[in-house]
Amino acid sequence: MTTLDTLAEAGTTDRTAQGLGTSARRPDGRPKVRGQFAFSSDLEAKDMLWGQLLRSPHPSATIRHIDVSGAWRIPGVVSVLTADDVPGRSSYGLDYPDQPVFASDVARYAGEPVAAVAADHPVTARRAAEAIVVDYEVREPLTDSEAALTAEPIHPLGNELYRQTIRRGDPAATGVVSVEGHYETGMQDQAFMGPESGLAVPAADGGVDLYIATQWLHVDQDQIAACLGLPLDLVRVHLAGVGGAFGAREDLSMQVQLCLLALRSGRPVKIVYSREESFHGHVHRHPARMWYRHTADATGRLVSVEARILFDGGAYLSSSTAVTLNAACFANGPYKVPNAFVDCTAVRTNNPPCGAMRGFGAVQVCFAHEAQMDKLAAALSIDPVELRLLNAYAPGDELIIGQVLTGTAPVAEVIRACAAAPLPPGSPDTVPELALPGGAGRTAERRRVRRGVGFAVGFKNLMFSAGFDDYSTARCRLEDGQVTITTAAVEVGQGLVTLIQQIARDVLGVDEVALGEAATVGIGSAGSTSASRQSWMTGGAVDSACRTVRERLLSSIAQRFEVPRTGLELASGRVVSADGSFNVSLSEAAAGEVLEETAVFRHPGTAELDENGQGDAHVSFAFAAHRAVVDVDLDLGLVKVVEVATVQDVGRVLNPVQLLGQLEGGISQGVGFAVMEEIVLDKGKVRNPSFTDYIIPTALDMPPVRVEALIEQPEPGSPLGAKGAGEPPSISSTAAVVAAIRNATGLELARTPVRPQDIALALAGQPSEWAGEAPATPSPAKEAMP
Amino acid sequence: MEQLSTEGSLLSYTLRVNGRDRPVSDALIEENLLYVLRERLGLRGSKNACEQGECGACSVILDGRLECACTVLAASAVGREVVTVEGLTPDGDGLSDLQEAFLAEGAVQCGFCTPGLVVSVHDLLSRNPHPTELEIREAISGNLCRCTGYGRILAAVKVAEEMHQP
Repeated sequence: MTTLDTLAEAGTTDRTAQGLGTSARRPDGRPKVRGQFAFSSDLEAKDMLWGQLLRSPHPSATIRHIDVSGAWRIPGVVSVLTADDVPGRSSYGLDYPDQPVFASDVARYAGEPVAAVAADHPVTARRAAEAIVVDYEVREPLTDSEAALTAEPIHPLGNELYRQTIRRGDPAATGVVSVEGHYETGMQDQAFMGPESGLAVPAADGGVDLYIATQWLHVDQDQIAACLGLPLDLVRVHLAGVGGAFGAREDLSMQVQLCLLALRSGRPVKIVYSREESFHGHVHRHPARMWYRHTADATGRLVSVEARILFDGGAYLSSSTAVTLNAACFANGPYKVPNAFVDCTAVRTNNPPCGAMRGFGAVQVCFAHEAQMDKLAAALSIDPVELRLLNAYAPGDELIIGQVLTGTAPVAEVIRACAAAPLPPGSPDTVPELALPGGAGRTAERRRVRRGVGFAVGFKNLMFSAGFDDYSTARCRLEDGQVTITTAAVEVGQGLVTLIQQIARDVLGVDEVALGEAATVGIGSAGSTSASRQSWMTGGAVDSACRTVRERLLSSIAQRFEVPRTGLELASGRVVSADGSFNVSLSEAAAGEVLEETAVFRHPGTAELDENGQGDAHVSFAFAAHRAVVDVDLDLGLVKVVEVATVQDVGRVLNPVQLLGQLEGGISQGVGFAVMEEIVLDKGKVRNPSFTDYIIPTALDMPPVRVEALIEQPEPGSPLGAKGAGEPPSISSTAAVVAAIRNATGLELARTPVRPQDIALALAGQPSEWAGEAPATPSPAKEAMP
Repeated sequence: MEQLSTEGSLLSYTLRVNGRDRPVSDALIEENLLYVLRERLGLRGSKNACEQGECGACSVILDGRLECACTVLAASAVGREVVTVEGLTPDGDGLSDLQEAFLAEGAVQCGFCTPGLVVSVHDLLSRNPHPTELEIREAISGNLCRCTGYGRILAAVKVAEEMHQP
């Protein structure tokens, strides 16, 4: 077990070592701190035009006519496009192409692209877009997820996007103690800092080069090429600097429209979304309505769980399939239960499309299953931590999908270590005024501030699941002793580029490792930078490619220098024999030699779930526990999160400082989702598309994170022994913070984010605003038993 | 509308940026300082994350005061001293102590907020060389970061602050 002290030490003392396990510095850090790193919004090209999309202001409307003549009349306008100009497939989508490039006959959400223009100045482009007249017949939007199940379909493919049912065990089984609850989670935004942007450059061969911030270059290429009606090799997608992603760049944003503008105008075109457009231009975290019933025996052992989970998927499919699958699989959290009946559905509405965000599916159900665990502990008068330990998964246990945990599963370890963390010193009576709820506003009356503590545990799958052919490709090239690694894997800020260098340094014994361009040109897919998968997948491919190059190199050197191959090693830029008699610099030993190896790494295959939701759908799982401490102003309902302590199951620490950055960053998004972050919709329209109104944690809101321990149990099958660490910090941190607010206030608080009015009104005896919105009729899967 | 591209609505002026006179010609009057710095003067260290003065990614120092370049009309900055992140960065490949601390402590992930934070923390340390943690948190609370949760940024500021111990 790694303690906080050893982590901090690794992060601050050893500045020279650069291999795995060290806090090697990121290779893009120097240009980033100097302000010279080229993000996608920083690109320019000769004769470049600026593109602008026109979006539907209506969540539901029939488009009767589009008159673009007003745009053409504006000097400086070079290209104007609508759906009629899309030469290939008219729609796109990650899983299934159900989303139009341009709405033509129907607009299904407020913010859906209808037309695009390119002009010589961004202001001209904006005004030209505004000069396009769209004749809409506005319709009543379908905005209620419950109503969507029975409403008239708003898309030819219907309103049910995906449904996952799990039926396991005896539907009649029941324990002596039963707890039940309705829960709701709001719509969260990824709110990355670098807005969507890209530059498309038409090429002489009739193709296009696109420089874009994305999460998966090759899947973008597939979708763009289909819509442009071009062969894949004429659509070359290059990674431009990515200003954060968190799931929001998995779907296409302006890729197709931007390429079309460039091809039509014959000039490079750049689009940079404003922040407001960014809120309309990417998917959000699915809001969920959930109903749960748990039963347990008198000692607290879980006997059964029934759950109904309803996701609002918004207008288009995006990744609703995987979100629904995850939510169903992880609906009960990391706890053993022999009887499970789960019905999870994502529906189509006229709300903004929802898709991937850090921890998807697992975040929503964690909020509910952890509230249920606390309710059950209260009903049994058992300590909530003890109840969790009693039911915690261990290696060899079966998930509710019947899959056996064959890898590491240190659930009890993360719970015990996190619960044992000392509480932060001080109290609401002693904290500085600025650190009270309300902060700089100094609204709190100190004697009306209460401290609370909450605990939550969560888990999630790593990598792509349910039969997906998930792989990554990497190339190692050694030329005259100089190592270059090339992959199409996307660096979004997490530090994969650092890790790739660390791996190559370890395997090849060199200090300098160059990185090739990430693009769809000349290298195969690396898969998506999502699902906490790149350290494992691209890490595995890089490791494999480097090892093959090392073997070939050492064999070649043994032959050419007539030394025994056995015992020959690469270290510190030299080639050394076991007895030390041969000791030559790599540049000398490998002079004139060019070795290149491309490796494809696949994780073991997974299976789709059967009709009862049973099957070995996942590769590996990561677990994490969070304990939150909060101060709550009982009168104004304001919350100050004082500290979040955590213990995470990481397999092996590859870069302590970068890992810490994932934990702190993931927790800040979890804290935000607990107390401030929500996209507010009014009849399908986003009411707060700005950083003035969509609030994310600032340095004053974000509490210190106490990484009490990291559980290092190398994961079998993981090429480096590590588990992905991107998502677990976001999964149970929200639930822990809300549990702490419940602890401070005594309120049920069944909805996140917790708004001031949810606390202040409830404590004043006023009805909760959202009561009655949750699914009124629980219809658990067991009623649908065959 | 039609007047947009005519000479009448275009302005030419000179800005004083990082100690140098930088002529700007034929700019639209509504262009803000961020746009002119980035698109006309090629100073792309100042970033465009919210364009309404909420995120601090475009922080610059204007006549000694920390400002968001996106909320300043470029033409109104004539006659004022503008300092951008490029003006706080050593020539060549060098780093300031603060930039070095950001790199060493892992304060950089995606890096989009980083230049604005470098400007903002530079401003803090020049006013208050030895801030408390709460003072640091307050000073950078106008700089949004979505990746780091601020922990490593605070660590970097503390390291930079210690470098300047008397």
